[in-house]
Amino acid sequence: MLHAVLRAAEEGHEATPNPVLPELYDIVWSAVCFVIILAFFWKYVLPRVQKLLDERGEAIEGNIAKADEAQRKAEAALEEYTAQLADARAEAGRIREAAREDGKRIVAEAKEQALSEAARVTASAQAQIEAERQSALVSLRSEVGTLAIDLASGVIGESLADDAKAAAVVDRFLADLEASEATAGGKK
Amino acid sequence: MFVVARAELHAPKQEIALLANALNLLVPMSTDDGEFHGPSILEFFPGALLFEGTYFEINRIQLVRFVAVAALILVFWLGTRRMSVVPGRFQSLVEMGLDLVRVNIADDLLGKKDGRRFLPILTTIFFMVLFMNLTGVIPFLNIAGTSVIGVPLVLAIVAYITFIYAGIKKSPKNFFKNALFPSGVPWPVYIIVTPIEFISTFVIRPVTLTLRLMMNMIVGHLLLVLFFAATQFFFFTAGGGWAVLGVGSLAFGFVFTLFEILVAVLQAYVFALLTAVYIQLAVAEEH
Repeated sequence: MLHAVLRAAEEGHEATPNPVLPELYDIVWSAVCFVIILAFFWKYVLPRVQKLLDERGEAIEGNIAKADEAQRKAEAALEEYTAQLADARAEAGRIREAAREDGKRIVAEAKEQALSEAARVTASAQAQIEAERQSALVSLRSEVGTLAIDLASGVIGESLADDAKAAAVVDRFLADLEASEATAGGKK
Repeated sequence: MFVVARAELHAPKQEIALLANALNLLVPMSTDDGEFHGPSILEFFPGALLFEGTYFEINRIQLVRFVAVAALILVFWLGTRRMSVVPGRFQSLVEMGLDLVRVNIADDLLGKKDGRRFLPILTTIFFMVLFMNLTGVIPFLNIAGTSVIGVPLVLAIVAYITFIYAGIKKSPKNFFKNALFPSGVPWPVYIIVTPIEFISTFVIRPVTLTLRLMMNMIVGHLLLVLFFAATQFFFFTAGGGWAVLGVGSLAFGFVFTLFEILVAVLQAYVFALLTAVYIQLAVAEEH
């Protein structure tokens, strides 16, 4: 049927070319186009694209390396910080411990001082008391002696002028008094 | 797209039949009706414009091809002139196109090393076919640069030489053994298998590459011309109630224009993919 059609077409026109048979100029220009495009892609486009792809790959690798580096740094910083924190904690503990020791020592010292002060105060008070007692004793003795002699003089009607006698009387009297006191104290 | 492409690989006969049908349909109309100017095969053979009768004759088809080549160079020159690591919109688009060939065809089928070796050929084939196909739907060009046998034939010869070169370069013994004496066949069968394999590898392959592309483009052009010529006829020559039919034929013309864009991309992909498949079969150690 196609042949009939082509024959019919041939009647109208001079000759219908067969589309499957190539003309030489057709081949020539096709080859020229091909060579131009091939050269363009081979020498211009593809090397540039390849270069770009390499650059892009490098950029990605570079970024990954950078990120790794940053992570490593961050980790190191964290480690350092943690170590510093631990150090600081230990230091604080030490200081606290020392403070506690100091406190104890200060308290002990204060206690000791207070005790010694108290002892000193006590001792001086006792000494004073003793001295006052002695003086009281002495004054009492002389007053009591005089009083007793006056009393006795009155009683016996004679003056005990003789000092030696008087002293002996007073002494005996006091000795008796002390002895009676001592017995009373012992019975108590 | 890939599923369609694989189906395409096995359909050269259908395409030839389609062409025959289209021609049978079209040619009578141009002779029966004086007023209706239907499409004709002569549109693929316009008169010479320059250097008539020499090996460098230039006609309308050559001019369309030159426009396609210029457009291709312009697009890729602009797209790769100042490439940056972080691409802009246009650069992304150009890179996407180049990636389709590099990743989906070259690297997938041939591996990184061989893919890089044959990438210039495959890229050239893909974009040359694509741009010359697309001229078929560009207003005022309106004919595919690949619809005349020169370009398909030259590219098929390039593919043919390339895969034979790749096979012989790798290992001549392996190449011819794999191509002509497939393993796992008892030796008497080679009497039948070897001639079949020879014809299929060294004759059928370039012929189908050429014809598939050219026929697709011829039929596409004839269909578009038919629809738009009919629209013109219904609207302005027949007029009246016929204009309704004109609306229908115009809609069909529009749909087929979109379809032609798909076919243009698909045929470019198929041509480049088949070339890569042939190279891959040629350099394979064992089938």
